[in-house]
Amino acid sequence: MLMPWKVLAAGDRAVTVEFAEVIDDEVNAAVVALTEALRAADINGVLEVVPTYRSLTICYDPLKLRGAEIPALLTEMRATTTEGRAGRTWRLPVAYGQGDNDLAALAASREMTTAELVTLHARARYRVYMIGFAPGYAYLGGLSPDLHAPRRAVPRQRTEPGAVAIGGKQTSVSSVAMPSGWNIIGYTPVRLFDMRRAEPFLMRAGDWVQFHPVSMEEALRLAALAEDNRLVMEPV
Amino acid sequence: MAMLDVLRAGPMLTVQDQGRFGLLASGVSASGPMDPEYMFIANALVGNQANAAVLEFAGFGGEFRADRDLLVAVIADDCPVRCGDRRLPSGRSGLLRVGETLHVGAIGSGVWGYIAVAGGIAVPPVLGSRATHLRSGIGGLSGQRLAAGNRLPLAESMAVQCMELGSHPRRSTEQIRVVPGPQHDHFSVDAWQAFTGGTYRVTAKSDRMGMQLDGPPVFSARGHDIISDMTPMGAIQIPGTGLPVILLAERQPTGGYPKIATVASVDLPRLAQLPPGAALSFTTVSQAVAEQLLLDDCARLDAQLAQMRPVRSLVETLLGENLIDGVWSSTSL
Repeated sequence: MLMPWKVLAAGDRAVTVEFAEVIDDEVNAAVVALTEALRAADINGVLEVVPTYRSLTICYDPLKLRGAEIPALLTEMRATTTEGRAGRTWRLPVAYGQGDNDLAALAASREMTTAELVTLHARARYRVYMIGFAPGYAYLGGLSPDLHAPRRAVPRQRTEPGAVAIGGKQTSVSSVAMPSGWNIIGYTPVRLFDMRRAEPFLMRAGDWVQFHPVSMEEALRLAALAEDNRLVMEPV
Repeated sequence: MAMLDVLRAGPMLTVQDQGRFGLLASGVSASGPMDPEYMFIANALVGNQANAAVLEFAGFGGEFRADRDLLVAVIADDCPVRCGDRRLPSGRSGLLRVGETLHVGAIGSGVWGYIAVAGGIAVPPVLGSRATHLRSGIGGLSGQRLAAGNRLPLAESMAVQCMELGSHPRRSTEQIRVVPGPQHDHFSVDAWQAFTGGTYRVTAKSDRMGMQLDGPPVFSARGHDIISDMTPMGAIQIPGTGLPVILLAERQPTGGYPKIATVASVDLPRLAQLPPGAALSFTTVSQAVAEQLLLDDCARLDAQLAQMRPVRSLVETLLGENLIDGVWSSTSL
């Protein structure tokens, strides 16, 4: 995919490669594809490549590589960058409307029942646009426009890990306890971040997520397994 | 394994090493020292590799005791330190004997100080680093600040030779240099004039995550929300108030405010050492100039560490001062 980009200075140890100023699947796919190409190229002096919604940031070691050399490297890469590998799909169980949540208020504001809201949310396939803010925290795109909702007027000072929430046009799954102004609609017992696992971070940018509603009993059963690090997640 | 006991702990005492790299794409910022230069110097004085884990403190340090003889060094500005009853000057390592207490007092000027011990603090690495990341609760000792009663494992070390620096690091008090961008073009000429022409003050809302400034507000021509992107160390975010927030070691790795500029790496340590109330102003440099400043500064630090020399024993000192011949002044000791 050929998409124009701008290379922006981000200090003296990083440049940001910006594709667009929109949240869009195709733009994000270009970000992920270039990220993978850069990692595979293993360029001397490139320390880290960080994909976000519509740009990626290349962290470099100025002892080995100068920022001014990077645009030419990228132009070379462009010729060889392909679609990249397909993202994995994760199926996450969610106890909708359980715990500290905004499901009823959000459904009322949309003039729908909570069951209708849950069906709408669980029907879509979401793209992991990026992991950011906190360890393993997943920003997802693909939320039905009927569910777009402003943040809460009063943010919660603490939300529990596993919160599935809606903020603006996005939905998210949290990984650690944190303050948040997003509207929580349920919780998943799956841990997006667990240091006891060989791979502590479940997802990466470019993956896909589907939610399926489970009862509180089932969620608690799965949470107990996760607590013992016995909840094995495989992509579908 | 030898242990270091924390008898008293200052309010912001944590284990740090160079930081946890390679995980920004998984939502984890590096953490690590607020003043890497001071950490490197402290480590060098006790014979450690640059990346050995140390104790970082702000304000008051604490009191410590080890169950083996331990070479220690403390680098902090105007901070009284004693090994047992002996004064330990900054820029020099000293031997803490078994049973003696290391007293690390309050920093007189500056904010952050470093306590290095020979071998380094040997807490288990988490995701490749021992650095405490308080916001994520990982690294160090249970991801938390240290408290009285904590015991820290010490790595083996044979180092007992006290060392001293040829000269104490001196820092410029010039303007803080910044590289414009990544969202430099979200700001008008007037906004840039306000930013580079104004004097800012560090507020008390400053910690390992970031530094909140007060001063002339800077307004983005294109609103104060961007689609979140990566936030480098030293990024200067401009939120809706127009007041800059500089993101530091424990920043969130992505952010949704426009970043007018990024602090040049060479100036990050002295920026971090500015206490609440201190004044600062900004001047712009290009990315290429900032890179060169950083490389030159690394070479300067290497040269300074190369001049480190063993502290002479009392006998050697007396001989050196010609005491044997009786030709000495009372100021020579």
